[in-house]
Amino acid sequence: MFFDSFSSFIQMGNHGFYVWLCYGIFAVTLAVNFISPMLTRKKVIKDIERQLRRDQK
Amino acid sequence: MWQALTRLYHKLGSPKWFYEISGRWMPWFLIIGSALTAVGVVWGLAFAPADYLQGNSFRIIYIHVPSALLSQSAYIMMAIAGVVGLVWKMKMSFIVGKVIAPIGASLAILALLTGAIWGKPTWGTWWVWDARLTSMLILLFLYFGVIAIYNAIESEDMANKAAAVLSIVGSINIPIIKYSVEWWNTLHQPATITLTKKPTMAPEMFIPLVFTIVGFYCLFAVWVFARTRNEILWRERRTNWVKKLLTLPAANVSKVSANEQTELKGADK
Repeated sequence: MFFDSFSSFIQMGNHGFYVWLCYGIFAVTLAVNFISPMLTRKKVIKDIERQLRRDQK
Repeated sequence: MWQALTRLYHKLGSPKWFYEISGRWMPWFLIIGSALTAVGVVWGLAFAPADYLQGNSFRIIYIHVPSALLSQSAYIMMAIAGVVGLVWKMKMSFIVGKVIAPIGASLAILALLTGAIWGKPTWGTWWVWDARLTSMLILLFLYFGVIAIYNAIESEDMANKAAAVLSIVGSINIPIIKYSVEWWNTLHQPATITLTKKPTMAPEMFIPLVFTIVGFYCLFAVWVFARTRNEILWRERRTNWVKKLLTLPAANVSKVSANEQTELKGADK
């Protein structure tokens, strides 16, 4: 561990705001890229199943 | 050799084959990519020493460099997919090109934002119109252009061709980004890592960067697979294998499809 305490880890020698903001944006980017295709998949499957049911009638 | 290549080509062109093989590979890329990224981020944030000039703000590098690198690699992949699609009329290739655009755009945004935030404590400004930053902004706009083409053009065939042409023409921007720090005297520092020279960083700073870079590439593969599979399902919705995947009881389908079935059921809830 480079930092000697948790608060110094958070503060990052006055650069904490910049560093943590970057990692926050990174987390958002990850979440968007994971969740977006999952939602699309659900929608696509629902649409296809609806269509299959319609075709069967 | 040639036969093996043509066989691979035909397999790659088959949506069903791609769907099955990507389903098997995705978990591995996900596990390896998440593990490498997590190790790299924790190492870079908490264990790597601070930079003697920039202090702790340099820890932004572990996100900034991988995202910038990957957003350019993704663009090259998109352009190659465009060439393959145009020359060999391969549908799958157009699909891959299409799904890369939004992922690449998100990575370009991440690179630009982390760069701006890093610039503030280091250069004293969020933004300068220097060559590296401007060419990266153009990369983002090129991604937006490809996305806009797919949103605006109804005809799938026309949209594919137009997006492929824009991807190919826009790839001229990639060498400009790469050499911008050498051709022009800019505020942006020269490349941290090159394939030809030894890294200019200390190993305890450099190794976590390698972790996050490789991790990002693996996660990128997961995202491309996931989006491509969605496109395949929708395009192939009238084929028997998709209908089987969605409706038949697990007992009647092959092992791979059986796994898919449970996966689909889970996703449905």
